[in-house]
Amino acid sequence: MLSRTADCLFWLGRYSERAGNVARGLAATLRMAMLAQPLAADNEWRALLIATGSEPGFSAKHAHANAEAVVHWLTLDLDNPSGIAACVEAGRRNARTVRTALTVDMWEAINDTWIEFRRLDPSVIRGDRLPGFLDWVKSRALLFNGAATDTMLRDDAWRFVHLGTMLERADNTARLLDVRHAAFTPAAEGDAAQYAQWQAVLRSVSALRAYQHVFHARLQPHLVAELLLLRQELPRSLLACYRNVEAVLDAIADNNGGTRGECHALAAALHAQMRQGKVDAVLAGGLHDFLTGTIDRNIALGREIGAFYLSGQRS
Amino acid sequence: MHAEGAIRTPYAEMARFLDTTGEAALEQKRLEAETLFRRIGVTFAVYTEGGDPERLIPFDVIPRILARDEWERLSQGLEQRVRALNAFLSDVYGKREIIEAGRIPAALVLENEGFLPQMQGFTPPGGVWTVISGIDLVRTGPDNFYVLEDNCRTPSGVSYMLENREAMFRLFPEICARHRIAPVSHYPEELLETLKSIAPARCGAEPCVVVLTPGPYNSAYYEHSFLADEMGVELVEGADLFVRDEAVFMRTTAGPKQVDVIYRRIDDEFLDPECFRADSVVGVPGLMAAYRAGNVALANAPGTGIADDKAVYPYVPEMVRFYLKEEPILSNVPTFMCERPADQDYVLANLDKLVVKLARGSGGYGMLVGPHATQEQRDDFAARIRARPGDYIAQPTLALSTVPTLGEDGIGPRHVDLRPFVLFGKSVRMVPGGLTRVALRQGSLVVNSSQGGGTKDTWVLLEDPPDAAQLSLPAPPDAAAMAQSQTLGGMTQSQTPGSQTQGNA
Repeated sequence: MLSRTADCLFWLGRYSERAGNVARGLAATLRMAMLAQPLAADNEWRALLIATGSEPGFSAKHAHANAEAVVHWLTLDLDNPSGIAACVEAGRRNARTVRTALTVDMWEAINDTWIEFRRLDPSVIRGDRLPGFLDWVKSRALLFNGAATDTMLRDDAWRFVHLGTMLERADNTARLLDVRHAAFTPAAEGDAAQYAQWQAVLRSVSALRAYQHVFHARLQPHLVAELLLLRQELPRSLLACYRNVEAVLDAIADNNGGTRGECHALAAALHAQMRQGKVDAVLAGGLHDFLTGTIDRNIALGREIGAFYLSGQRS
Repeated sequence: MHAEGAIRTPYAEMARFLDTTGEAALEQKRLEAETLFRRIGVTFAVYTEGGDPERLIPFDVIPRILARDEWERLSQGLEQRVRALNAFLSDVYGKREIIEAGRIPAALVLENEGFLPQMQGFTPPGGVWTVISGIDLVRTGPDNFYVLEDNCRTPSGVSYMLENREAMFRLFPEICARHRIAPVSHYPEELLETLKSIAPARCGAEPCVVVLTPGPYNSAYYEHSFLADEMGVELVEGADLFVRDEAVFMRTTAGPKQVDVIYRRIDDEFLDPECFRADSVVGVPGLMAAYRAGNVALANAPGTGIADDKAVYPYVPEMVRFYLKEEPILSNVPTFMCERPADQDYVLANLDKLVVKLARGSGGYGMLVGPHATQEQRDDFAARIRARPGDYIAQPTLALSTVPTLGEDGIGPRHVDLRPFVLFGKSVRMVPGGLTRVALRQGSLVVNSSQGGGTKDTWVLLEDPPDAAQLSLPAPPDAAAMAQSQTLGGMTQSQTPGSQTQGNA
């Protein structure tokens, strides 16, 4: 496969996943902000900004992180490269570049999203209409993933899309948890506010019900952390994501002459770390440090995948 | 249809269909077609138009129809013309016999921008320069086709020919079935076979073919990706290729892979910054060295622009006589060359009757349609012709035939042209028909998509449709009988209310 094609497929997977994740994060924050005191609500919006990694760009345009400004920034503002609008644009641009590597169903899922997005009435993000809009974005991301999973040949095109999806998902889970890491310190009180934090974390990865199915217990911080980090059953846990990343990278290597590089070693290390990790040890060592370390290594992994497969510089 | 409004035989069945189908129903189909094209993403960007970067070319739902014998004569003429153009290219980059013989002025060829001195003395793989040509034709009467212009560089539009047919099958299955339409869907296979046939000799049975595109921002990008997809080959950009030891490689996830044949949709001057324009960012440095070394084939060969130059065009019939010793089957439109003083005088005196075009340029830009122009526009062109006569040619406006088209106020006659695509490798191949472009505004003669023209499906009928009297459609089967046999043989019995009733009875 052309390196450029692989690059577009990889980023197509990432942008599509990111659009859905931003919508999930927004929906969870919206709920938290409704419960919080008016002043504390702004903290919720700032936390979401930090989680999406787009706070510096936001601060350059806005003085205050209030609901209206943050929602607009994360949904319709094309200046935000991690916002939904930019993800839809970039996803579709990548898809159009590699049209021939996609199935018709995938292309239509992306293209229809793009067409509808361009026709959106900007008031769709205001007031009561926002939850419906976020559901729509989520459903479009699900449709894309479904089209990819159900219609793509299991060749390198599928593998690079899937690799992008999984790497982006790992990054997202780590960031969403990190934003609320304070609620997971040993000193954290199990009061109503903390409880709402744990709920919000689960909600932002659509795992509130999943928690009950796995643990059959009221929310406890170490179990919430365990679910998101170390449980195989949750498709958005770091363990599940890195297991997929390692397997996909192995399959790509096998299909491309067997050569392996730094990205394969990094993926294996990240997978092993999650497979062997114990939640008590992670919390004792500091969740924040663990997560920022993981986010950094995830970024390094993306860079190494780029150097080995996507840049075409290998001789 | 003829200009006088008579209906030709191939249109008989279509005319009946149009009579019985309301214009509202056709308009509905037109909207469906638009949705279809937008979903697939068949778009065409138009330069200098601030609007939608992914504009659709309007599609007219009424097909243009040619009889089999009309096409056969046309295709003979097309093959003859393409062979002559190719012989001309071999000659002007070789011995220049046609110039020696005084059949075409030396300066017109050698000082032409379309002439690439870099190609002098070169023989392309298989001796073929114009692997893919598009010849634009117009019709003035039952057996009168004129060549409007030749496109020997990177003619586009073939994807519309193919998608238009698919759209017709989807929108009008019934009326399609009532005609015996010659298929076109095998074009990509023919193209791939043709491209493989010019591969360097060292390649085995499966040469590596790629389509080279300037990228997604090119107006014809959809077509580039469509053709690559249909042929099952890689669609590459310049940056995906590199040259090492005079061989071309593409960058893949498994490391470099050698490329044997490049169907390039990049203009000559951007192909290789080491050989042509140094500022080209869409080309491949060293590509021409690899080409000259015989390690890669290019379709079309660089330098073919001299053959489709509008100032060279008047000499094409002469090329047919000179190289093939035959009389041209297809005629040229009489052309006045403004650089000839006598022609210039005539053109300036008759601007209201003529179409004036830039000798170089495409897409209908910089064109004057005399009869429809204002005095101001004509004066402007007169001044331009006087200033740079060599840049302009002029042609009479022909009494073009029209075909029925769905316009804003119903079905009416519109002017059309036809671009058949001719493939030339070891042999000459074409699929019946081509791309019909239609001037959607009533009375307009300009069909270019960049000037608001549209397209139609083009049907070559393998036989004329039967007369209405001879039509005997099978009677529709009895609906009850159909349902019964289905439920008895099928697996949905318990879910079919009818069968339950039957079972209970």
